[in-house]
Amino acid sequence: MLTSFSKEVSESFIPKIRDEWKMAKTKNVKGIRVMEKRTFRIFRYDSSKNESPGFQSFEVPAEKGMTVLEGLIYIQDNLDGSLAFRSSCRAGVCGSCAMHINGKYCLACETQIFALKSKTVTLRPMAHLKVIKDLFVDLKPFWEKYKLIKPYLMPGEPGPERERIQTADDRLKLEGLIDCILCGACYASCPVGETHSEYLGPAALLKVNRFVQDSRDNAEEERLNAVSGFDGVFRCHTIFNCQEVCPKELDPTGSIADLKRKIIGKKFGLSKIYK
Amino acid sequence: MKYLDSIVIGGGLAGLRAAIALNQRNIKVGVISKVHPLRSHSIEAQGGINASLGNHIRGGHDDWKKHAFDTIKGSDYLADQKSAAKLTQSAVECIVEMEHWGCPFSRTEDGKIAQRPFGGAGFPRTCFASDKTGHVLLHTLFEQIVKFEHGSERQQMQSFDEWFVTSVVIDDGCCQGVIAMNVVTGELEEFKSDAVIFATGGVGRIYGRTTNALINSGRGMSMPFWAGVPLKDMEFIQFHPTTLYGTNVLMTEGCRGEGGFLLNNKGERFLAFYDDSKKAMEIAPRDIVSRNIQKEIHAGRGFEDAYVHLDLRHLGEKKIMERLPGIRVLGLNFAGVDPIYELVPIQPGQHYAMGGIDTNINAETRVIGLYAAGECACVSVHGANRLGGNSLLETLIYGKIAGESAADYITAGGPPKKDEGIMKDALKRDEDKINKFLRSSGKEKHSEIKMDLNNIMDDKVGIFREKKSLEKALEGVRELKDRFKNIKILNRERRLNQELINIMELEGNLDIAEVIVMGALAREESRGSQSRTDFPKRDDENWLKHTLAYYTPDGIKTEYTDVDVSMYEPKERKY
Ligand SMILES: Cc1cc2nc3c(=O)[nH]c(=O)nc-3n(C[C@H](O)[C@H](O)[C@H](O)COP(=O)(O)OP(=O)(O)OC[C@H]3O[C@@H](n4cnc5c(N)ncnc54)[C@H](O)[C@@H]3O)c2cc1C
Ligand code: SF4
Ligand code: FES
Repeated sequence: MLTSFSKEVSESFIPKIRDEWKMAKTKNVKGIRVMEKRTFRIFRYDSSKNESPGFQSFEVPAEKGMTVLEGLIYIQDNLDGSLAFRSSCRAGVCGSCAMHINGKYCLACETQIFALKSKTVTLRPMAHLKVIKDLFVDLKPFWEKYKLIKPYLMPGEPGPERERIQTADDRLKLEGLIDCILCGACYASCPVGETHSEYLGPAALLKVNRFVQDSRDNAEEERLNAVSGFDGVFRCHTIFNCQEVCPKELDPTGSIADLKRKIIGKKFGLSKIYK
Repeated sequence: MKYLDSIVIGGGLAGLRAAIALNQRNIKVGVISKVHPLRSHSIEAQGGINASLGNHIRGGHDDWKKHAFDTIKGSDYLADQKSAAKLTQSAVECIVEMEHWGCPFSRTEDGKIAQRPFGGAGFPRTCFASDKTGHVLLHTLFEQIVKFEHGSERQQMQSFDEWFVTSVVIDDGCCQGVIAMNVVTGELEEFKSDAVIFATGGVGRIYGRTTNALINSGRGMSMPFWAGVPLKDMEFIQFHPTTLYGTNVLMTEGCRGEGGFLLNNKGERFLAFYDDSKKAMEIAPRDIVSRNIQKEIHAGRGFEDAYVHLDLRHLGEKKIMERLPGIRVLGLNFAGVDPIYELVPIQPGQHYAMGGIDTNINAETRVIGLYAAGECACVSVHGANRLGGNSLLETLIYGKIAGESAADYITAGGPPKKDEGIMKDALKRDEDKINKFLRSSGKEKHSEIKMDLNNIMDDKVGIFREKKSLEKALEGVRELKDRFKNIKILNRERRLNQELINIMELEGNLDIAEVIVMGALAREESRGSQSRTDFPKRDDENWLKHTLAYYTPDGIKTEYTDVDVSMYEPKERKY
């Protein structure tokens, strides 16, 4: 599905009710506190030490409604104070806690332990980024790429006295683009990042599209030029991993395709077809 | 030692806005934040930000004076009226500036910034971006910071992400800088600077049932407090009426603003049963709605003695998906209910601290060169109760004012005496303290002390308060402070030791909790968010005054100061 963010597409973003969500309902409800042991198998490594990385297992008493993040906090508080991971909002909105959970990149704070099929919860840090300690990675390259694409409005002229007018339809184009929480799940899941470390990656490219699609921005040409090179949109092999893992159900692949089409449209004078 | 002209502690909205103001005045600024700025709690704000733009069809006659009046009335007349006026007077300009910087506000049919009704407001004046207002505002400010970084040749703005400030250094009533710990390496370093702005946010994690991020601890406020700056009106804690039962994730006030109902276990819109909410119903101010939910639960008309229902079903899928999509996902992920088809279990929870570091209308504290803005500060614009949408506004307006005040001070020459020796002494003190924690052979787990503190605060210092239970709470908090002296630590390493940070955060929580309880106990009246069942009436004669709590070596001392009521005479508050 490589269309841009039209009405139809944004409606297809409506998440379906999943069974696992239903299961979360019983948290703290008196009388049905179910406790079950779960094994947390966690990647351990300290980059300041001369020890090889490995996995360590911890037993966590899990109850219905408990999230993977709460499990990690339990371990840090009670079993091993040296465990390192990031968290802040515990509500799936700040983007701190993306990690590899049983084979998929997710936000630990919105992943219900009981929703995972296996009794073992295997946690790894995000790929393509240096591990500082355990699940705590160095996000520097991720932020640098974000900064590289000039992630700010370039309207070209000073604003009027009051707000600029933006029609509701123009504003709608930004849905699904402004929502990125920069968690890095897409970045870590993209196999291109493995072989080509300079690739800007899905999150930064989605951000480019966020500004290209904004009716108030006036720097389309500059923005497209900046991503038409070696490390930009054409590096993308349309593998869809980013779209699959995004916890906000965004579609970086779609955005990359939008940008590709615009670039080709401009280059071959086909901008009427490739809008 | 690092040398900067100015330091902002906090990468939330207040901190970033202050940094931009300093940068615009060409002053070198360092922004220190214990998490990456975009992970700050501000990102979580949902409902919106107030300004009398008058864009709503029912908002044509709105103006800043009406906004100021609503704010003051909402504060139960404890706000300083000139501060509140300053807040609302610049609101329109502030929103327009954010829009010009690229903030993607939701729009009206004719393309203007959309506004929605919010509790306690005479007109629909809350600007929003669906239910992700904090997210878009914080991203917009951060984007401007990146732009400044790109634009300037000299390194005008420096970010110190994942640095944890441990103390502020004051000499002779004059601020000299701060000491901070690099979270990754665990090393302490002195940050010498002429001016320091605190923008460390709220303290919600003192409570168990709270909407605040895990990082919102009392530590931010405790540092200036320990250094002698008083905290103001700390007893005023806002409880948000609609937090999701179980995790206490916030269901924005927008849910009610957009037309949601609150229902008891008989399916009745029970707000109609109470005098103070029967007219405004669901959009009555937060303190009133929270109290009436709690009363309904006490009366046995809630569910499991713990929650009531929020009903959004009649709004329909389209409106929910358009206006409250984030709320729907939160309902699904954190309670397993789909608000489009199901009732949402909600209960009141700690949400906001009206009190904070005492500042004047220029965001200055009593220490020269030390400023505070945002939720950690108390100007005071919210008095005894904050209106929804006014806090985001405060972060931007007073963040900017703090930056400008600091810039004025620095341009005028800064501190008369610049002392490096005192920085080194302070570093040594913090170093010793950390080493003491790391070597501690105590028995008390920090997580258990914290849980006990949370329980005391939830049970005894919640919506309804009363002398006996407050006295018990005070005793309890002091016992916990004793237990803290015997703290246990599992991880004795210096590097990336999050357990150590949790212990330092807890230390701040305990002192701030004591201030809250003492203030609540002393104030023998009910006003705004403080409901004393043993003193059910507001008492202007004795209590129309601000509480100031000072830290001294022999315990906390309390004083009182006057409230500025120069514009509107206090009246009974009814909606
Ligand atoms: C769920 C929720 C929804 C809300 N919705 C609304 C709304 O719709 N409208 C509204 O007006 N208000 C709302 N509020 C209130 C509002 O979001 C906050 O009051 C406001 O965002 C606070 O901003 P701030 O900049 O003061 O602090 P924060 O955003 O909390 O930032 C604090 C900063 O300080 C840093 N920090 C703290 N301590 C240290 C330390 N020791 N060392 C280094 N750095 C430190 C942190 O890293 C962080 O960057 C909401 C609050 C909650 C809880
Ligand atoms: S696009 Fe999705 S996965 Fe990627 S950083 Fe943004 S929110 Fe995370
Ligand atoms: S802690 Fe914020 S997204 Fe998980």
